[in-house]
Amino acid sequence: MKTGYEKIYERPDTLLSTRMHYCPGCMHAIVHKLIAELIDEMKLQEKTVGVCPVGCSVFAYDYIDIDWQEAAHGRAAALATAIKRMLPDRLVFSYQGDGDLAAIGTAETIHACNRGEQFTFIFINNAIYGMTGGQMAPTTLEGMKTTTSPYGRLAKTAGMPLKMCELVSQFDGVAFAQRVSCNNPANVRRTKKAIQRAFEIQQQGLGTTFVEVVSNCPSNWKCTPEVSLQKVKEEMLPYFPLGVYKEPRS
Amino acid sequence: MPAKGYVEIDKEVCKGCNLCVLNCPTKCLALNTTDTNSHGLHYAYQADEEKCIACMNCSVMCPDAAITVYKKTE
Ligand SMILES: Cc1ncc(C[n+]2csc(CCOP(=O)(O)OP(=O)(O)O)c2C)c(N)n1
Ligand code: SF4
Ligand code: SF4
Ligand code: SF4
Ligand SMILES: [Mg+2]
Repeated sequence: MKTGYEKIYERPDTLLSTRMHYCPGCMHAIVHKLIAELIDEMKLQEKTVGVCPVGCSVFAYDYIDIDWQEAAHGRAAALATAIKRMLPDRLVFSYQGDGDLAAIGTAETIHACNRGEQFTFIFINNAIYGMTGGQMAPTTLEGMKTTTSPYGRLAKTAGMPLKMCELVSQFDGVAFAQRVSCNNPANVRRTKKAIQRAFEIQQQGLGTTFVEVVSNCPSNWKCTPEVSLQKVKEEMLPYFPLGVYKEPRS
Repeated sequence: MPAKGYVEIDKEVCKGCNLCVLNCPTKCLALNTTDTNSHGLHYAYQADEEKCIACMNCSVMCPDAAITVYKKTE
C-alpha cells in the first residue's frame, strides 16, 4: 500500500480464492460477492447454510465459504425448509435460477412461501436457462429469442413471463419481497441492502423472505456484458419493475 | 494534488468484462488490449491514477472481486 492511503475495499474473506466459472460480466458472480460481504459484515460465517440449485450456480458451494447442501433441480425450497426446521438458529437461504425456482420448482417455491417457511430465497432471474444452453424459461420476455423459441416467445402459446415477486407477495406467509438488479453501481448497493434486510427479517422470525435479482446472461443472450446491462435496463426492468413488494407488518 | 485514491486489480482474477471501466465516473480505468493474463483474457488496469476518487463503483460492479480500493487518509 502507498503511504498516506488506507484500504477501503478488498475481496471478502468468505469468498474463496477459487476462480468462479461464471462467464465474464455474469451477475451470478456479483450476487455471490454481495452474499460473502454480508456474511463477513454480519459475522454469520459459522451460522449460515446455503442451498444451491441445479443451474449455472450449481457450484456456489465451491465459492462461498459456508455450509451448503446441493438440492435436486427445483427442490431447494423443500431442502431449505427441512434445514431451517431442524436447525432454527441457523441463517438459511436458497440460491436459485428462474428455471429452478419458477419452472421445475414452482410447487416447492409456492408452498414454502404459503407456509411461511423462515428462510430467504435469493432468486436470480435472467429470463433463460443459462446452464443448459439458453432454452426459454417461464420468465423469458415476450418476443425474446431462445433456442426453444427461435422466433421469439409467443404469449399465445407460452403465456406471459411469470412475475414471481408479485406472485409470492400475495401469501400471508411471506414477510418480505423485493425485486432488485445489479445493472449499475447504485442498484448493486441496493441489492446488498435488500439481501441484508431479508437476512435480518429472517433472524426476527417474521416469515419467508424473497429477493429477486433481475439478472443477465451475456452468453445465451448472445451479447457483450455491456449490452446485457442495457438489455436489463431497456427490456427486463420495464416488465419486471424494481421495488419492495412486501414489508413485514409493523 | 495527489490523487484521492487508487485501485489495484488482480489481473489473474479479472475476466475482462469491462464493467468496472464502463462504470468509473472519472474514466480512469481501461482494458489492456495488448496483453492478456494466463487465461488469455484482456485485463483491466488503472490507466490514469491521478483521476481516481476512491468512489468504489468499480469494486461494487466487479463480478469477480478482483479490485482493491485505497483512499487517501485524513
Ligand atoms: C430433473 C432435471 N431436469 C432438467 C435438468 C436440466 N437442467 C439443468 S439446469 C436447468 C435450468 C437452469 O436454468 P436456471 O434455473 O434459470 O439457471 P441459470 O443457469 O439460468 O442460472 C435445466 C433444465 C436437470 N438437471 N434435472
Ligand atoms: S451461461 Fe449465462 S448465467 Fe451461466 S454463467 Fe454464463 S452468463 Fe452466467
Ligand atoms: S474507485 Fe471510482 S474513480 Fe477510482 S477507479 Fe474505481 S470507479 Fe474509478
Ligand atoms: S469488472 Fe472486474 S473482472 Fe470485469 S474487467 Fe473490471 S476488474 Fe476485470
Ligand atoms: Mg436462468
